[in-house]
Amino acid sequence: MNAEPKMTSRPTRTPAEQALADMLSAAPVSEAGRLGELRRAAAAAFVENGLPHRRVEEWHYTDLRALLRTVPARRAATSTPGEAVSFPNAIRVTLANGEVGPLPAELPQGVSLLTLADAIASDHPLLQRLGAAAPALYDAPLALNTALLGAGLVLHVAAGVKVARPIQVAQLFGGEAASVFTRLLVVVEEGASLSLIESFEGDGAAYLDDTVSELFIGDGAALDHVRLQAEGAAAIHLGTLVADLGRDARYDAFVLTLGAALSRLTVHGRFGGTGGHLGVRGASLLSDKRHADVTLFVDHAVAGCESRELFKTVLADSARGVFQGKIIVRPDAQKTDGRMMSQALLLSDDAEMDNKPELEIFADDVQCGHGATAGALDGKMLFYLMSRGLPREEAEMLLIQAFAGEAVEFVADLAVREVLTAHMTRWLEERHR
Amino acid sequence: MLDIRNLHARIGDNEIIKGLDLTVPAGEVHAIMGPNGSGKSTLSYVLSGKEDYEVTEGSVTFNGQDLLALSASQRAAAGVFLAFQYPVEVPGVANMTFLRAALNAQRRTRGEEEISTPDFLRLVKQKAPALGISQDMLRRGVNVGFSGGEKKRNEILQMALLEPKLCILDEADSGLDIDALKVVAEGVNALRSPERSMLVITHYQRLLDHIVPDVIHVMHKGRIVRTGGKELALELEETGYAAYGADAA
Repeated sequence: MNAEPKMTSRPTRTPAEQALADMLSAAPVSEAGRLGELRRAAAAAFVENGLPHRRVEEWHYTDLRALLRTVPARRAATSTPGEAVSFPNAIRVTLANGEVGPLPAELPQGVSLLTLADAIASDHPLLQRLGAAAPALYDAPLALNTALLGAGLVLHVAAGVKVARPIQVAQLFGGEAASVFTRLLVVVEEGASLSLIESFEGDGAAYLDDTVSELFIGDGAALDHVRLQAEGAAAIHLGTLVADLGRDARYDAFVLTLGAALSRLTVHGRFGGTGGHLGVRGASLLSDKRHADVTLFVDHAVAGCESRELFKTVLADSARGVFQGKIIVRPDAQKTDGRMMSQALLLSDDAEMDNKPELEIFADDVQCGHGATAGALDGKMLFYLMSRGLPREEAEMLLIQAFAGEAVEFVADLAVREVLTAHMTRWLEERHR
Repeated sequence: MLDIRNLHARIGDNEIIKGLDLTVPAGEVHAIMGPNGSGKSTLSYVLSGKEDYEVTEGSVTFNGQDLLALSASQRAAAGVFLAFQYPVEVPGVANMTFLRAALNAQRRTRGEEEISTPDFLRLVKQKAPALGISQDMLRRGVNVGFSGGEKKRNEILQMALLEPKLCILDEADSGLDIDALKVVAEGVNALRSPERSMLVITHYQRLLDHIVPDVIHVMHKGRIVRTGGKELALELEETGYAAYGADAA
């Protein structure tokens, strides 16, 4: 292999980069065929490029190379963390420290769920989709996840099947700190619909959670996706979402970000056919010194699609929020309708928000807009509420809930929305304790 | 009820209230008239506890309590209510949620039981129709998308639900046509009682045809410069505020 000379071309490898490179050497890719090639290429790309830093545009505000000081080893779980957050009526699969727990005994008609290990062992045809919609550009967390591919799940919904109950993939972390690389592959076939919930929770350990979800939404199919990131206070969460939409497909995601010392969520949305709708909304409530980055890429490659992004960030203490959103409208993507908005509420003078919405439009008949705001709580509103008898803290809470609530309202399932709202309320109450 | 002595207040370096004395006994309606910039609205904010204003001298006693020592929310719980000249829009907070949160917050502060949901709904159902407040207006965000008249009526609804002891109405008629003004005035008059005092701040005499005060004060340059009966309003309507050194407008 030609990896050796390239390694020497990066003499300033950080301890974290070295630890990750050692991890790659310790787990050489053995598979043949497409998956093996994909994984070997990903490993080589990491060895060549390392961790991104502030001179890499997409990582300008989250200098991973500087922020990622140490990387815990990959190791078998030493303890079983507690119970995952429960969503009413959801069918739940739990991954504890990156190990898949028992699969549900019964699944709705037309739904199949298997572990990634079983899929690989049986050379399952769905594996052809793994990495198929991933962006061509190098992205470190995605490359590491592909190269170090740990446990995961493959979820398939047959054509035309409307799955009534939500399916929750719950990730729990606890005990000795470890690095965990999990992968979720979801295929919703033509005309089918699914409600998917992903949750990430952990204790105080300084673990690293690098997780990738690839979502294929077929022609006329619909996927509602809720992602709750409530990782432990010392955790590092590197998440990647890849959504590939067919003709007339619908994808609506809501991401709630509450935890981790450092988190990055990269979302790639790609329209593969006309008439698609993509909605990605989120709320981030950040306290202490948390750093949370949400970066979106929406690729309007074809005509007549619609995208909506709305992000609300609430920052307390010396937390830092980053929102980057890029809508690309390619030359053939006429009649594109794209709207992106990021709003931040700063509750402290020490908090920081970096907003970078971007439009790249190469077609001429489109409707696109973006906006970004950042500010403190409105003094007039606060006084109005207080003058009616609401103590300051309660008035603030009401205003913060209203601010973030605008995004949560897009979660169509009221029972799911209630769980998310409860998490947000708990965050607000803890702030005032 | 309300006793203001030698009140001085400023915003930044700008002193606006300059030695104001005013007493409003229980059950009385007092009007404060005066030209623009005389400090009328500032007085309403200082009384209700807006933090932008600094009281540098004097005292405000409300039912024996030092009002200035209380926060805005504590003043509300003690019975002070300000009907805003420009009610604030609060998107994302449903009007109904807000009304209930306000009522319960005041009750908690006073050490009382919170109101039950059925009792609260009954209360709103009893008060809202007379003020022309629709179900839709109760469901919407506080004052969001309300017309000028609807906002003012929503202020009076809050007043009716919260049952304050001192109602301060800041330019309650601004932006209202005569029909809307009548609805607001009727709502206010319905709340007149021997236990409740009102301070009606207005630039124009028109409002006082509908909310007839017991006493009228003229405010100018941060002080009360004249006090009289309701006939004083008519005199001011004739002569304007020119006698007090202000423009006729």
